[in-house]
Amino acid sequence: MQKLVVVTGAARGIGYSISEKLIKSGWSVAGCDVLKDDLMAASDKLGDSFKPWVLDITDEKAVQETSAGIEKEQGPVFGLVNNAGITRDGLIMRMEKKDWDIVLNVNLTGAFLMCRAFSRGMLRQKEGSIVNISSVVALLGAPGQANYASTKAGLLGLTRSLSREYAARNIRVNAVAPGFIETEMTRDLPEKVREDYADRVPMKRMGQPDSIADAVHFLLDDVSSYITGIVLPVDGGLTT
Amino acid sequence: MSLESRVSEIIIDKLGVKPEQVTMEAQFDTDLGADSIDQYELIMGFEDAFGLRIDEDEATKLTTVGKVIDYLKTKDLDQ
Repeated sequence: MQKLVVVTGAARGIGYSISEKLIKSGWSVAGCDVLKDDLMAASDKLGDSFKPWVLDITDEKAVQETSAGIEKEQGPVFGLVNNAGITRDGLIMRMEKKDWDIVLNVNLTGAFLMCRAFSRGMLRQKEGSIVNISSVVALLGAPGQANYASTKAGLLGLTRSLSREYAARNIRVNAVAPGFIETEMTRDLPEKVREDYADRVPMKRMGQPDSIADAVHFLLDDVSSYITGIVLPVDGGLTT
Repeated sequence: MSLESRVSEIIIDKLGVKPEQVTMEAQFDTDLGADSIDQYELIMGFEDAFGLRIDEDEATKLTTVGKVIDYLKTKDLDQ
């Protein structure tokens, strides 16, 4: 049977690569994103194993309705990948509270709401695997990203706590911490900045979304069945 | 099968306890060894078996076998 995985932020970047990888591996995906046009474009490219769900993960009621809809239309959910994330960078002295709030709401509260919505079904099925997409900035910090880094560190607390709650229930919860990855988010940076980034990585290059997708697939799949509560850095050695 | 028997059966199945342990007064946590997730799963088991939704506020009050049965008797159940 095709395992079903819910991926948030599935329309672009790392979320798209994760969806693509899972589908190539014979899984099916419920792809959630707030960006409707991009999501529909992704859906056209990824075919029938991908079903698009337009969703704002900060909307508690919408998360409940969508989770019920996914289970009804696509069946029991085996996996959840909390990938959706936004940035509103700025030095903390100049960071407005609304920029703090929205980043927390999307990156951390959104992940909480999704975990809560889907864990009921996983408990019922007595199996499941959740992967939260954190970041190296959770471990290193980053100037101008106090809000973003806080959420990515918060996801590690969420990951470890849930992993303990569900460890005896055959539901695993892990995190992946990507380093500098070439995506829409980093592609627009000036060439010089990107070179500086790459230079700080021991492997001297930025990563590709595929590398993250491979790590996520590994943690979702039964091959990692004795692994729970970990943070897997995929960063070319940046946090070593 | 009576409501009491069905409730007992669910508790025995979910918690792996002996039938004689499931008395009306038995507390799920102290007498039947259920941790908080066990208790959540029990509530889910009752919901599935009787076709109803038990909200969080009510669920936290259902701490003994007797309280579950009394609560279910007030509801319109799938039998």
